[in-house]
Amino acid sequence: MSTFSTIFAGFGGQGALSMGKILAYAAMLEGKEVSWCPSYGPEMRGGTANVNVIVSDEGIGSPVITKDADCVVALNKPSLDKFVDIVADGGALVINSDLAELADGQAKAGVKVYNVPANKMAAEAFGGSKLANLIMLGAVVYATNPIKVESIDDAFTHVFEGGKAKFIPDNKKAFEMGYEFAKNNA
Amino acid sequence: MAKVLMKGNEAVGKAAIEAGCRFFFGYPITPQSEVPEYLSSELPKVGGTFVQAESEVAAINMVYGAAAAGARVLTSSSSPGIALKQEGIGYISNASLPAVIINMMRGGPGLGTIQPGQADYNMAVKGGSNGDYHNVVLAPASVQEAVDMVMDAFDIADMYGTPVIVLADGLIGQMMEPVEFNYVPRKGIPEKTWALTGKGDGERHVVKNLVIDPDDCEQWNHEHFEAYEKILANEQAWEEYLLDDAEYAFVSYGTASRVVRTAIGYLRAEGYKIGMLRPKTLWPFPQKAFEKVDGHIKKYLDIEMSMGQMMPDVAYACNDKNKVVFHGRTGGNVPTVDEVVEFAKKIMGGDK
Repeated sequence: MSTFSTIFAGFGGQGALSMGKILAYAAMLEGKEVSWCPSYGPEMRGGTANVNVIVSDEGIGSPVITKDADCVVALNKPSLDKFVDIVADGGALVINSDLAELADGQAKAGVKVYNVPANKMAAEAFGGSKLANLIMLGAVVYATNPIKVESIDDAFTHVFEGGKAKFIPDNKKAFEMGYEFAKNNA
Repeated sequence: MAKVLMKGNEAVGKAAIEAGCRFFFGYPITPQSEVPEYLSSELPKVGGTFVQAESEVAAINMVYGAAAAGARVLTSSSSPGIALKQEGIGYISNASLPAVIINMMRGGPGLGTIQPGQADYNMAVKGGSNGDYHNVVLAPASVQEAVDMVMDAFDIADMYGTPVIVLADGLIGQMMEPVEFNYVPRKGIPEKTWALTGKGDGERHVVKNLVIDPDDCEQWNHEHFEAYEKILANEQAWEEYLLDDAEYAFVSYGTASRVVRTAIGYLRAEGYKIGMLRPKTLWPFPQKAFEKVDGHIKKYLDIEMSMGQMMPDVAYACNDKNKVVFHGRTGGNVPTVDEVVEFAKKIMGGDK
């Protein structure tokens, strides 16, 4: 059985839940089982937000990930501190290095760490931090390979329907930037 | 129909529409507010009626009225809101009317917390209203199953003339999973010849609750219980997961059963012969499942997001309370895979 579990975590408004949704959509369109399970509660912009996404070839058990995550995506420092310990041995830790820095020895020895300056990259390319989440998603897909890269395009057409289709080119570009960055800095 | 990725709360709303429900009366409450939100925009598009009532009590009585008029009707809420609806559910039950009630449970008692829980088991399964009655209670463990059960709930309600509760929790309401909608009505759903559609030149119909003469009232009760006997015989549903060679069986439903499923993966990898009996109907409780597997099960490990409300039913079903052990979390917490694995190992004591 092949199962891929990942936690996307950040401040509310950074797009953790949306990047998880795009990944879940892409995997679903490949015919895989998926679950997208958000933290919910009295949360607001600036508060914490995270989502657990599981992609599997067969039925998914717990949609809540409490151990052995194949990947943790930390968009800020509190998220990094909260989830660093549940990355599986051999798993990946993808960090927005503009907002979070791994302390010496904080990650387990077998964990692959990817530091992505996503905010800086987004500011240079798009003039703001809005698409930093898609840059991070590109890095995640390179680092962990849970889906075919092409499937992201299918996901975009489902997530950005109708009038939102105009957002696809920039989202696609941001995704590709992150993917290439991870490839060149692995 | 291709699969779509949908939040549980929205998916159950769509499921109701697909099953022909055209009336919703409710009141918002976390973690199920997306159900009324979705239906407020989608029901009018199919000629349906959405009313945000002034309270849960008003909403359930509007359900009572629409059901009496022969409509397929839905209400939804979460734990404290469902508590408010109990009187109306009892009235609907006494009048033998079909209605569907969705409960996306949260932690309790009282206002409790907005995080997921399963502590409304007793309220749903034992009945939170007065009198001798049962609700049919369906317990989905995924968004797809919630969709399928909501659709079937309308059919069950119409077949037997009873309210049906779909008992899920906040996590299933908030989570997105791929779903498809394939409603195929059951065969043999009776026509609603009793419905209050206006006498005109036709026959007089009466839907009532007061049966003042004790002999008549007792007779009503017996008629209800004849329907319950049929439900007990026909509607028990469960899943057997890795039980063929199992010596130990988890008993768990809904979200808790998802955690258990993952825990079983870890335990099986270490050689433990353990599986799961997952009730899909909580009333009728799947007695037949226990009769089938009991011969080779040494212990039943009941895992719930409550303080063990299902335990007496498990003990009754296996006819040996000494075989039933319990682990649970409550107040809005979901058990972790690790704690379920540890609990199981403690019970099995290295017995592989």
